[in-house]
Amino acid sequence: MRVLAAMSGGVDSAVAAARAVDAGHDVTGVHLALSAKPGTLRTGARGCCTVEDAHDARRVADILGIPFYVWDFAERFTEDVVDDFVAEYAAGRTPNPCLKCNERIKFAALLDKAIALGFDAVATGHYARLSLVDGQPELRRSADDGKDQSYVLATLRPDQLRHAMFPLGGSVKPAVREEAAERGLMIAEKPDSHDICFIPDGDTRAFLTKHLGERPGSLVDDETGAVLGAHAGVHGFTVGQRHGLGLRVPAADGRPRYVLSLEPVSGNVRVGTAEKLGVREIVATAPTWPSGAEIAAGTRCVAQVRAHGGTAPAEASVVDGKLVVRIDGELRGVAPGQAVVLYREDAGGDVVLGSATITATS
Amino acid sequence: MTYLDHAATTPMLPEAAAAMTALLTDARAARGNASSLHTSGRRARRLIEEAREDIAAALGARPSEVIFTAGGTESDNLAIKGIFWARRAADPRRKRLLVSSVEHHAVLDAAEWLVEHEGADLTLLEVDAFGRVHDDTLRAAIAEDPASVALVSVMWANNEVGTVNPVKELAKTCAEQGIPFHTDAVQAVGAIPVDFTGSGASALTLTGHKLGGPFGAGVLLLGRDVACTPVSHGGGQEREVRSGTLDVPAIVALAAAVRHAVDHRPEEAERLAGLRDELVAAVRAVVPDVVLNGDPGQSDVYDAPSRLPGNAHFTFPGCAGDSLLMLLDARGIECSTGSACTAGVAQPSHVLLAMDVEPDQARSSLRFSLGHTSTRADVTALADAIGPVVERARSAGLVNMRRAATRVEIL
Repeated sequence: MRVLAAMSGGVDSAVAAARAVDAGHDVTGVHLALSAKPGTLRTGARGCCTVEDAHDARRVADILGIPFYVWDFAERFTEDVVDDFVAEYAAGRTPNPCLKCNERIKFAALLDKAIALGFDAVATGHYARLSLVDGQPELRRSADDGKDQSYVLATLRPDQLRHAMFPLGGSVKPAVREEAAERGLMIAEKPDSHDICFIPDGDTRAFLTKHLGERPGSLVDDETGAVLGAHAGVHGFTVGQRHGLGLRVPAADGRPRYVLSLEPVSGNVRVGTAEKLGVREIVATAPTWPSGAEIAAGTRCVAQVRAHGGTAPAEASVVDGKLVVRIDGELRGVAPGQAVVLYREDAGGDVVLGSATITATS
Repeated sequence: MTYLDHAATTPMLPEAAAAMTALLTDARAARGNASSLHTSGRRARRLIEEAREDIAAALGARPSEVIFTAGGTESDNLAIKGIFWARRAADPRRKRLLVSSVEHHAVLDAAEWLVEHEGADLTLLEVDAFGRVHDDTLRAAIAEDPASVALVSVMWANNEVGTVNPVKELAKTCAEQGIPFHTDAVQAVGAIPVDFTGSGASALTLTGHKLGGPFGAGVLLLGRDVACTPVSHGGGQEREVRSGTLDVPAIVALAAAVRHAVDHRPEEAERLAGLRDELVAAVRAVVPDVVLNGDPGQSDVYDAPSRLPGNAHFTFPGCAGDSLLMLLDARGIECSTGSACTAGVAQPSHVLLAMDVEPDQARSSLRFSLGHTSTRADVTALADAIGPVVERARSAGLVNMRRAATRVEIL
């Protein structure tokens, strides 16, 4: 097959590309330039898409002996991922930009271009297992529980997954680093990228304030309605957040308080005790099914509501085109804007059934 | 392999490679520093001075006007910054830089640096739809305040679209006002007639690797009476304008390349122009809606071609330049999308934008450039490949850039 390897300059995509070459594919490496003004050097260990990352990707391609190009997706990335990220926070939701990037850039804009140019597949360094079962894609969790990225890939449709390749799905990270070193790839010891690539310093609140300005509002006690403090914008908060609320007065009972909900119009951030965070039912919009098969009503499954952790057994149905998930017991910290991803409830619990964007919880 | 990117760099001429390797491998010849006073030093210095005289003779300059540098970027920086500083030192009113909008970044960015760090005022001279600067434009810009102009810089021939500028006319206009005129002739030397004294230019940039010489060796021709403040300081070599130990093997090779390129220019230019016309016709035959950018190349500018003989620059409507480049590369055909930034991202060319080409069209462009190793087989290879490549690139469309174009229009 002709394979386009998306190469970020990190160790994962480098080894993924190398394995695609070893598998006998005709591989071409592409680094996506996602920032119009890339930094010249990494700031800390967090950023990616800097000139140095492009350089690292190029050097890996040299060693693998594959052609290498830098493609400019900065405008698309800004509009589909960064602007969306800012708008979602402004609306009081908590987006997942990696999921958006997979859905709209890597397995949409890039994949479309790759297919049109004669490639059969796009290979990435994601940690998730992908295979065809009875001709349909089956997306599963990574062999490395800690690195599993099936959550941010679950939104992909069968037509996207048919042209996707995740050569690292069956591996654990330490083995991937070891392999990179054995292959003589100089990025073997490069630190993992964390958090959000377009916020290299990791200060999401400052990034959002820069884009949205200050939008003052109140921290309100969910029970009494009392105003407990002021804040610079609902975009600084996420449902389930405990730290950084800036509350000066302790609760009467002395127990910690959490963000329960965000009200962008009034600017109110409602806070309350942990038990009020519990969610029993999730409604989520625009469901997608990696295998192409919509779930049957009342499907038993495991629901996951954020990229890492936040899983619980549940029962799910599609009602009027929306996914309704009833949690066995309750889940805490379920934020609108995040995806709820359903996994098959079986021994491994690692096959993705579907994904949808959380709109309401109760 | 079909190499159609000679404007980026062209292979070394055998004469230049032989001259360079002889010096690199002969322990005795390679021994001396050209600034040393002993026998080996004098031998090295003699090689330098002979190279200087050869280059001067080939380009209508005096030997003392040849300043050796490490290449085009250094020569351009030295001319722009050095002459600006010297002119302003002589009269503090002289703060204006008049620079064409289609210059190479080595000129544009040096000028912008002076704006940001030295209080210079930059006027970008507009070009016509071919990318040519007209004398009227220059005259109007000078007339706004002649006493404030520090320097004018207009390239002899454009590196992207190949359009040749009326350098002699522009230089004359500057001379009338006593304003120094610099021209970046990196693409012109060896391709069209270049006579430094005859052109009336005050300073002229050339570089080795564009004309069959080595990388890392270039020249700034600097008129004897043109004051230029050094950019780098040290041993005071090269009229104390450009310090640094001279690279004897590279400079000897550079001189060999200049001699050869200039001596053989008439017949080589004719050969390349013929091949270029065949290439343009072949591409047009397969891709009827292709647009040739730059001067059509059918007229003269001062008895010289109006377009570089080896240059063909096209817009392929509906195709992304980076798609075309990759598809051709996979078929063993190498060309260029134009300027590239340090991250290697294809940006819409500032040259095409200055020519009022739409941003989408600018991003749909490719440059094919011929040189001394080019043959008809190269043209045939491109003619065979370009049809299917354009068809495929068109199906991929401008997927990653359509929105960018909309945004530019809003601004």
